[in-house]
Amino acid sequence: MSQLEIKNLHVSIEGKEILKGLSLTINQGEIHAIMGPNGTGKSTLAYTLMGHPNYTVTEGEIILKGQNVLELEPDERSRAGIFLAFQYPVAIPGVTVANFLRTALNARRRAVNPEDKGISILDFRKMLKERMDTLKMDHAFAGRYLNDGFSGGEKKRAEILQMATLKPEFAILDETDSGLDIDALRIVSEGVNALAGPELGVLVITHYQRLLNYIKPNFVHIMLDGRIVESGGADLALHLEEQGYDWVREKYEETAEA
Amino acid sequence: MSKVKGHKSVIFDLRLSTFDACLLMQEKPKVSVTRTRRDSAAKDFSFTADSIPAGGLKDVRAKAWDAFTKFSMPITTDEAWRRTDLRLLPASDFKIPKEGAFEDLPVVPESLLKPLTGEQHGGQITLLPGGSRVDLDPDLVSKGVIFTDIRTAEREHTELLNKLIGTIVKPEDGKFAALASALAGNGVLLYVPKNVQVETPLHSVLWGPGTDLAHFSHLIVYVEDGASVTYVHEAASPNEMGHAMHAGIVEIHVGKDANLRFVELQSWGRHVWNFSHERARVERGGNLDWIFGAVGSRLTKNFSDLDLAGEGSVGRMSGFYFTDGTQHLDHDTQQNHLAPHTTSDLLFKGALKGKSRSVWQGMIYVAPGAQKTDGYQANRNLILDEQARADSIPGLEILADDVRCTHGATVGKLEKEPLFYLKSRGIPQAEAERLVVEGFFDPIMQRIPFEGVRERFQQAIQDKLSVDK
Repeated sequence: MSQLEIKNLHVSIEGKEILKGLSLTINQGEIHAIMGPNGTGKSTLAYTLMGHPNYTVTEGEIILKGQNVLELEPDERSRAGIFLAFQYPVAIPGVTVANFLRTALNARRRAVNPEDKGISILDFRKMLKERMDTLKMDHAFAGRYLNDGFSGGEKKRAEILQMATLKPEFAILDETDSGLDIDALRIVSEGVNALAGPELGVLVITHYQRLLNYIKPNFVHIMLDGRIVESGGADLALHLEEQGYDWVREKYEETAEA
Repeated sequence: MSKVKGHKSVIFDLRLSTFDACLLMQEKPKVSVTRTRRDSAAKDFSFTADSIPAGGLKDVRAKAWDAFTKFSMPITTDEAWRRTDLRLLPASDFKIPKEGAFEDLPVVPESLLKPLTGEQHGGQITLLPGGSRVDLDPDLVSKGVIFTDIRTAEREHTELLNKLIGTIVKPEDGKFAALASALAGNGVLLYVPKNVQVETPLHSVLWGPGTDLAHFSHLIVYVEDGASVTYVHEAASPNEMGHAMHAGIVEIHVGKDANLRFVELQSWGRHVWNFSHERARVERGGNLDWIFGAVGSRLTKNFSDLDLAGEGSVGRMSGFYFTDGTQHLDHDTQQNHLAPHTTSDLLFKGALKGKSRSVWQGMIYVAPGAQKTDGYQANRNLILDEQARADSIPGLEILADDVRCTHGATVGKLEKEPLFYLKSRGIPQAEAERLVVEGFFDPIMQRIPFEGVRERFQQAIQDKLSVDK
């Protein structure tokens, strides 16, 4: 069983420290949720795990299966098994979903065997159609330009489609619920649940509890000011839903200032 | 899209494609004016009237020579040459290849002779330094189609050739037009008789190896009323040390209700100075689909004019260019709406690497009385390296009051976020860049109905991305 281990992570963006010593261990097969108020560094954690060049790690470690993730380029991290479902997926005009996914799959195969000729078009189409059916996506979707003119729901479904195709060991869902109506939320969650299992570790980043009605976490963590301040089970999320974040702020910000 | 009412109104409608929108942050509409001192102009050519080829075009060439002698070398204070400097052109060194010169020069690669537009060619012409080869399907010959090189045409179609030549591009159009008119012994005459539909595409290759040589070409494409044809012309040479030049003319006539698909590709060697004057005249109800692909040459100055002369005529111009190193490509396009209900649609897209530079200067002109015309022009550029530069200068001149004309010009850079997104899916940097660049060119690919041509462009993208800056 593999493990994604984040140890005392400090991250700055343009010289400003956002993450201030965050530690978290996720095992394959577990679903973790990170909740917290806006501006607390949740997305910074997601981007840092994926290796976005704007985020500078000043201290700490990220270890995946014993390997130092911080030394890897984003594409290497992806091939090592990390996946980030973006909060705001960017449009790549002129590149179809199918072309993009096939390129991504073939990049994985070639990383293992440089001589690999790539997946056959027939096998690829079959696989993609199956995945799209699971996510209740029109097959015409494959021919559209990636995220270009997609609705909020389509973008998030496309993210889950990518996840289903690339089969990561650890998936980070960054505010996947934002901008989704209740139907889309259900479809996306079902997609994630279909992939969850002993082979997948999931980190759900969310501001609201409602996503967690659909994707049941084993562990819930509350993040505040660049750190995890409270961890517990699924009931912690419900507690937050009822009480809001104020009690967390009171408890920890005051302690910090005291 | 806006409607222009009133005399000489000019509107600027920056229609951004979605891709450009994602480049918006970086976008700089570049309209730059460079004042250059009136320095010593380039040395002029050392050709003499003795260089004029003998043959059936003697009088035409003599007149063109006269025009040529009146032109001095263009300098950057000439409006059309403001962004393209010829001071380093070693004009006086160039010689005209002798008869049979090709026998001692690199041979034309097989890859250039392969069909790009279908299973097989209806005809193929290879133009070589001091020679040419012609091949035409006998079935087309029996239908009266003429597809031959200028040498042969001078002998066998003297009257027709003399009637057609110089009617669309005139020697007076510029120094290089005059030069090519006077000295081009090589060229193509394509004549499609009335109502003849040529099903198999025709292909010609101008192969210009050798250094210190001046290659000239003159293409005449005359599609009679109701006829249709697809024609692909390629100009190419190997990369060599030193210098070479090409000056060419393309004259196109698309008759009433006629249809021409014309593809021209240039992959001249890095040592070639390339000049061309091209004009297409489209008559009533005629349709021209004109595709340009430019990846070669040291410097190119290309004038391409579309004259929509007859009511209801339609012209589409699609340009693909990709430069690297210190290449300089200058495309000057003109869409002239000379009759009512005419439609033009121009899209030129280019990517630039290294210290290369592109210029696109386009004008839509709507003549008085050319009502209900629809003109569109767009130029999109993708800068891949800091030191590359694209100048994009759209223009409208509208002398009718009920028209629709729109244009847009953008210069964008390769953005970090799309690349990060692609990399986050396991796609390595180089491949991610290739995907974004291919995506950028996709709107041009969508306009090209020929798989072989699209493949050629895709190959060019691969090749260009893999070479060092």
